[in-house]
Amino acid sequence: MQLSRNRKRGALQGRIVHWLFFACAAMSVITTFGIVASLLRESLGFFGEIPVWEFLFGTTWSPILKDAEGNRHYGVLPLVSGTLLVASIAAAVAVPAGLAIAIYLSEYAPDKVRRLIKPILEVLAGIPTVVYGYFALTFVTPLLRSIPIQVFREDLIVYNALSAGLVMGLMIIPMVSSLSEDAMVAVPRSLRHAAYALGGTRLEVSLRIVVPAAFSGIVASFILAFSRAIGETMLVTIAAGATPRLTFNPIESIQTMTAFIVQLAHGETPHGSLEYNTIFAVGLLLFAFTLGMNVLGHFLVRRFREEY
Amino acid sequence: MARAEITALLNPRLAVRKRIGTVAYVIFIAAILIGLAGLASLLLRVLWQGAPWLSLHFLTDYPSRFAEQAGMKSAIFGTVWIMGLTGLFTVPVGVGAAVYLEEYAPKNWFTRIVEVNISNLAGVPSIVYGLLGLAVFVQILALGRTVVAGALTMSLLVMPIVIIASREAIRAVPSTYREASYGLGATKFQTVKDVVLPHALPGIMTGTILAMSRAIGEAAPMIAISALVFLTFIPTDPLDEFTVMPVQIYNWVRDPRPEFHGLAAAGIIVLLAVLLSMNAVAIYIRNRTQKRSEE
Repeated sequence: MQLSRNRKRGALQGRIVHWLFFACAAMSVITTFGIVASLLRESLGFFGEIPVWEFLFGTTWSPILKDAEGNRHYGVLPLVSGTLLVASIAAAVAVPAGLAIAIYLSEYAPDKVRRLIKPILEVLAGIPTVVYGYFALTFVTPLLRSIPIQVFREDLIVYNALSAGLVMGLMIIPMVSSLSEDAMVAVPRSLRHAAYALGGTRLEVSLRIVVPAAFSGIVASFILAFSRAIGETMLVTIAAGATPRLTFNPIESIQTMTAFIVQLAHGETPHGSLEYNTIFAVGLLLFAFTLGMNVLGHFLVRRFREEY
Repeated sequence: MARAEITALLNPRLAVRKRIGTVAYVIFIAAILIGLAGLASLLLRVLWQGAPWLSLHFLTDYPSRFAEQAGMKSAIFGTVWIMGLTGLFTVPVGVGAAVYLEEYAPKNWFTRIVEVNISNLAGVPSIVYGLLGLAVFVQILALGRTVVAGALTMSLLVMPIVIIASREAIRAVPSTYREASYGLGATKFQTVKDVVLPHALPGIMTGTILAMSRAIGEAAPMIAISALVFLTFIPTDPLDEFTVMPVQIYNWVRDPRPEFHGLAAAGIIVLLAVLLSMNAVAIYIRNRTQKRSEE
């Protein structure tokens, strides 16, 4: 009698607990829904006034300041070009450096060295991005300006895409190196042994056997790092400037999508105004960019895992 | 014939190939040195510019227009408030989600969606969470730019980290423990509560500390929620305005006067010191449990 009543109570408790745990897991889906819904909701107000094509393909971005004729412009391309410019400079640093480090750690380094270097490099990924912004603005830019070439000495201004991009490259090195290394370590030993038996040098085995075998994982690391660079905010807000400009000249001051959002997201922008809605439209575009790249990156990682 | 000569005869290009290998090796080492040099110059730069500004009053004074009198008291208290509430919101929900996915979830389309969704959420830029917080917590729920709105935003941001780490910790608990528990007549919930979670606790704690150290350095979403002006009071309840350390540092960095860059560097030293000690605790917990499981 007592036993069966306990069992009944246990079953009820079990069901309640089950649903509580389920609710926790469902929170993550609700979060995604919340992100998409809030971005769409506020963007709708924006696209009600500005046609989508004008937003996506317009080449002038001045949503706050009016031009000589008293018009504002809502073409997002300058923000996109600024974002891609900084992210490309970062990739130009992080892809070769990260890949070289990954090859060294996976194929060359003795275990002791590996266990020493990996955590030190990972410190780079844990430093807050506002610190990188400070570093780019107060150290790297002055350093670049001290280079005795006219371009750097005279034309490089305080806020520029180059130093922000270089420092961002440093920041995402560990992302490229650790994801690529994971992919390379997963390549079966037998492939390497076969290549060594055929007389390959260590470099030949690394570049012609291991890297091609881990290729999709390596490409995924590039994509995920690039996506991280696109979404990075404080570094570019501090060091790259606030001048939306359709240019691919790295020594100029530009503005990224993220930096624009920060510029207007603080308290003084009245809720419901066109300015307020603008940051959500830009946010929606940013979200679409990074989501697309992340989905592609994860897809490649998964495909690669199934190979062996 | 000597051995080297035979090798050379069989493969005339071996010497060249080996030399190329040496060059590549030097390049690999150089790449590592670039990373290490970048890290070293960053830390040295911060220490060199910030150390002169560090003092006790820097920790106990409010921000000021005058660099000599400025401190980060309001930012430190704001960060403590945000971290405390974020932990309070994140840990139960994050661990609950991990328990569901590892112990309860059936293998169906919904579980699959949740899993893909969590890995995608981890890649959403932090400023987008700031926009979410601004639209939902500040505006729709009308919480305003308050501590609680900031902490809720931050919880959503670091939730994926806690879920992923907790799942790994739960998965690492041997299934024999669960079977032994069921064998003794325990219900599923009792097994989770008394067997699985205690054994997964160190891993969950490590993951939580890592999530918190991510949260403590996040400036972008907090700019969207916090008060950007220099606050000269500390929050006393969750519905007060606040500022946090990285936002305070941002405020100092964007001031063109060089003495404020010194303040920013001093603030960075404080922030990095806190981060470093949090990570040290996480590593200590991980090493202790690794040793124990090896015994």
